[in-house]
Amino acid sequence: MMLVLLIAVPLLAGLLCLPLSTIHRKAPFWLSLAALTADLLVAASIWANCQTDAVAAASAGRWLISFRIDWIPQLGVGIHFALDGLSLILVGLTEFLGIAAAISSWSEINERAGYFYANLMFTISGILGVFMSLDLFLFYFFWELMLVPMYFLIGIWGHENRAYASMKFFIFTQAGGLLMLISILGLYFIHGRATGIYTFDYVQLLGTALSEPEGTWLMLGFAVAFAVKLPAVPLHPWLADAHTEAPTAGSIILAGLLLKTGAYGFLRFVIPLFPAASAAISLPAMIIGTVSILYGAAMAFSQTDFKRMVAYTSVSHMGFVLLGIFAFNEVAVQGAIVQMVAHGISTGMLFFIAGALQERMHTRDLTLMGGMWSTAPRMGAVTLIFAAASLGLPGTGNFVGEFLVLLGSWQAGAAITAIATTGLIAATVYAVWLMHVTFFCSAGTEWKFPDFSFREMAVAVVMIAAIVAIGLYPAPLLKVSALPVRAILNNTYVVPDAAALSQQSRAAVKPGVIR
Amino acid sequence: MELLWLIPALPLAGFVILALAGARMPRPLAASIGAGSVGLSALIAVVTAAAFFPDQRAHTQNLWKWIDAGGFSSDISLTLDALSVVMVLVITFVGFMIHLYATESMSGEKDGYSRFFAYMNLFVGSMLLLVLADNLLLLYLGWEGVGLCSYLLISFWYSDPANSRAAMKAFIVTRVGDAAMAVGLFILYKEFGTLRITEVMNMAAAQWSSGSTIAVAAAALLLGGAVGKSAQVPLHTWLPDAMAGPTPVSALIHAATMVTAGVYLIARMHILFTLAPQVRIAVAVVGATTLLLAGISALAQSDIKRALAYSTMSQIGYMFVALGVGAWTAAIFHFMVHAFFKALLFLSAGIVIDALHHERDMLRMGGLRHQLPLAFWCFLIGAASLSALPLISAGFYSKDLILWESLASANGSAWLWAAGMAGALCTSAYAFRMVFLIFYGKAQSEASYRIAVHSGLRTKAPLIILALLALLAGFLQTPESLGGISFFSAFISTALPSTPTIGTAMSEGTMQYLSGFLSLLGIFLAYIFFLYNPDYIRNFIRKPFGFALHCFLSSGWNVDRLYDILFVRPFIYAAQTNCRDIINLFFLLVALLHKGANRVLCASQSGLVRKYAFGIAAGAALILGVVALK
Repeated sequence: MMLVLLIAVPLLAGLLCLPLSTIHRKAPFWLSLAALTADLLVAASIWANCQTDAVAAASAGRWLISFRIDWIPQLGVGIHFALDGLSLILVGLTEFLGIAAAISSWSEINERAGYFYANLMFTISGILGVFMSLDLFLFYFFWELMLVPMYFLIGIWGHENRAYASMKFFIFTQAGGLLMLISILGLYFIHGRATGIYTFDYVQLLGTALSEPEGTWLMLGFAVAFAVKLPAVPLHPWLADAHTEAPTAGSIILAGLLLKTGAYGFLRFVIPLFPAASAAISLPAMIIGTVSILYGAAMAFSQTDFKRMVAYTSVSHMGFVLLGIFAFNEVAVQGAIVQMVAHGISTGMLFFIAGALQERMHTRDLTLMGGMWSTAPRMGAVTLIFAAASLGLPGTGNFVGEFLVLLGSWQAGAAITAIATTGLIAATVYAVWLMHVTFFCSAGTEWKFPDFSFREMAVAVVMIAAIVAIGLYPAPLLKVSALPVRAILNNTYVVPDAAALSQQSRAAVKPGVIR
Repeated sequence: MELLWLIPALPLAGFVILALAGARMPRPLAASIGAGSVGLSALIAVVTAAAFFPDQRAHTQNLWKWIDAGGFSSDISLTLDALSVVMVLVITFVGFMIHLYATESMSGEKDGYSRFFAYMNLFVGSMLLLVLADNLLLLYLGWEGVGLCSYLLISFWYSDPANSRAAMKAFIVTRVGDAAMAVGLFILYKEFGTLRITEVMNMAAAQWSSGSTIAVAAAALLLGGAVGKSAQVPLHTWLPDAMAGPTPVSALIHAATMVTAGVYLIARMHILFTLAPQVRIAVAVVGATTLLLAGISALAQSDIKRALAYSTMSQIGYMFVALGVGAWTAAIFHFMVHAFFKALLFLSAGIVIDALHHERDMLRMGGLRHQLPLAFWCFLIGAASLSALPLISAGFYSKDLILWESLASANGSAWLWAAGMAGALCTSAYAFRMVFLIFYGKAQSEASYRIAVHSGLRTKAPLIILALLALLAGFLQTPESLGGISFFSAFISTALPSTPTIGTAMSEGTMQYLSGFLSLLGIFLAYIFFLYNPDYIRNFIRKPFGFALHCFLSSGWNVDRLYDILFVRPFIYAAQTNCRDIINLFFLLVALLHKGANRVLCASQSGLVRKYAFGIAAGAALILGVVALK
């Protein structure tokens, strides 16, 4: 039941935001904040539970907590939520960044605030659903659900070019989603024909026997959808526009969370459902990851728009994630997961800064900035820390992620990793360039604007603490993700016997039981 | 020994406090936290070294498990052995001297006083982590940490575009080396499954044959990191520009400590380099090339700090030569002595620069020995040590050890020795060129008349202490012919193997006469060309060839231009040409096709009944035709 609660709380809060906004202007804000905090506490309690070794050992390759009832039994559709370490980490990240996104909107969003927070909450519960669904039908449902409110967030509260950006975002993701739908249906029918059980349940679909072309095509359908989200070059062009035009909260959610759904999809669905087919594309995927790293970094360097620049750094960072996932070893995949979390925090914060600057300067144009450290030293210092995180400085979580990814992928392919490592240099170039054009080198214009307020500084301090904590003591993260990673790679997720399978598909599993 | 963790932790704590609350602190408090944390750390270092000294057993202190993922495991864990004792003592002690000096010399800063000390403390903490790390990953953390601090301190006066650019250049160029080093770590991990330095070294010695491809690759990649950090050819171009930072920064980071991290790395991984003779030769060649290139360039510099920067590169070149021939002890000995005299030179230069209201052009100085006696004597002592003035200077003992072993050790060669000797001549020539230009002759500009001296105790004490060390530190290790003290080499022998020498045509004594002679000759030449008859050089530079040569040398052999054309411009050009993202074009094209199709189809919906009727008829005819023809 806890899992349903996790999704329902933001959903209900979102519904309440609309009427509440008539009572008080800031009421939706506080409601969203309270809902997300409550959610975070629930996730934290699950986390605390699974930290004990006994539970972790018992749940090796299984789910820490799960919930299942039938939805449309005639079609084999169920409402099946479950958490393992991987989804738990991402659920925690979702709520953490959700809070940051809500706070960033405090003064930025003044028009139709109730509707704004409602959309924000809907997106977040959609994302939570994506991370928890173990039924492909349900997964697809949430996959689409998180898009629509995001479309509104960009389209209504976005910047100058918002209509174009939101449309582009929607079409790209939708096109990818459709391919995935075809693959889901294909898998559904192939599995049904072979076993007689027509089901969308992930656990039962695992290990479906597929011929080689079947596996490859079905896998590609999923992979393209996730690669669009990730995004992997050359499917990335939606990202720069969407991130740039979205309001700050939208950018934080997009970069911090929506991109992670792509990486999550690879780990949860592509590899376990199609182990052979995904192993076969390992090298091309690693090459795409490396190209993304370098192309994204070079693109970031050439941008003159703060948010567009940060957007392209995401392409670069998520390239590391792709590289790590397809290196197919524990070190690299664990690195990819750390990188996902660290990128969420560091890029989220960079967008937060960009939003704060835009509020003050009414521009994102880097060519107009410069020498701003003297007027806003706190902002400068925070930007510096997250620029350093961006370039993978040891001591930040990004280093742990990138280093593990590269260390692991070296085992899989030395040459490709050596090329990917030059991404560290490219990242340095854009990171120091960003500092140069914003806070250091003065451009002639004397900027005068207020420094970070208490509210903004509070967010910054928490984010810095988080990124440094992951950088210096990633053990809690690595420990939680270790078992799922092993299960994904060894393909030992669940090996239930046929009797248990059919029983499971009929009877609803008791909710909230840690199995 | 149990206090080991405090040595890096204290400066890091100082950084955290200053970063959080420094801006609101009164200056004396910020200064005492900044300098005090390093001072305390130095104190603990001395205590720890004293505890280490009797039995000289390496001591490891495991703090916490850092990363544990999929079989890869790395701790935050410190190790103290003879090599790190020397490094720690030098870093904390020289660091403390420079911090003390900076509390006074930076007092003119409007804002940024506490920011300065925050960065400096972070630097000292990272540097200490670098030398105390027991595994290569933690070493890498310190390595990148000092790089970041170097970047931050070069751009300390951030609003000047030149400073910010210099900082970017320094960071990017060193990161090139760092990326190579990271790949080196990947290789070592793949081969040995660990990054703990002792384990890596033991396994390398046991499993790798000398000269095997994998050993060469790993050593070469680590060398890449060392070359970047230590400003050696071909990644040396950042150091002269790095002089844009405040002078205490140049003294601490870009002379005494950080730039010698590469030397430390190679000494620390000496077994690996012994297993890769090709790379070891490369180390020596890199060192010899750098010491000549930089030594000659230093002769043509007019900026006092740039001249010292080239001198630093050149001296580190000597250390690389020593490492290349396997004279590990000599390299570390020269590192220590160099830290003393180069810090001294920079700090005295700092007094001169401050006294002349930020004038850094030596050609506009002159005759300052009477107005600035302290700076003069200290600079003179530093220059004497740098020129390896026989018998009385510490530099003589350390540099002669390198010169001797570059010839006489089993891996030595006459070529390396000759390069070192030529470099020695250059060294004393440029060192005393500086002395003569700054302190002798006539005042060359009105700046020299408007002297503002305000040296307090916190300026004087570090200078005097460093001056004493620049004279006396050499007596820790003297050659056979001059007492044969081997305190330093005996101490460090628990960490680094000694260097066997083979017979040569020349005895050590003869070589000392020769190098002593070259050192004095250099001073004499400097005297002739820069004091006795300065017009000769001035006239020479006016001629086309002389001018071209001067430009070539003062720009550091135009390497910057070369890199600009080869790397910087193509990258910027490619990036900017593609700033609209060419891949987007493809998708725009798809969108355009749809729009076009949309327009065509829209046009068909004209609302004219006869057109529709025509369409229906044509369609029917077509279908009938197809059916009929079948």
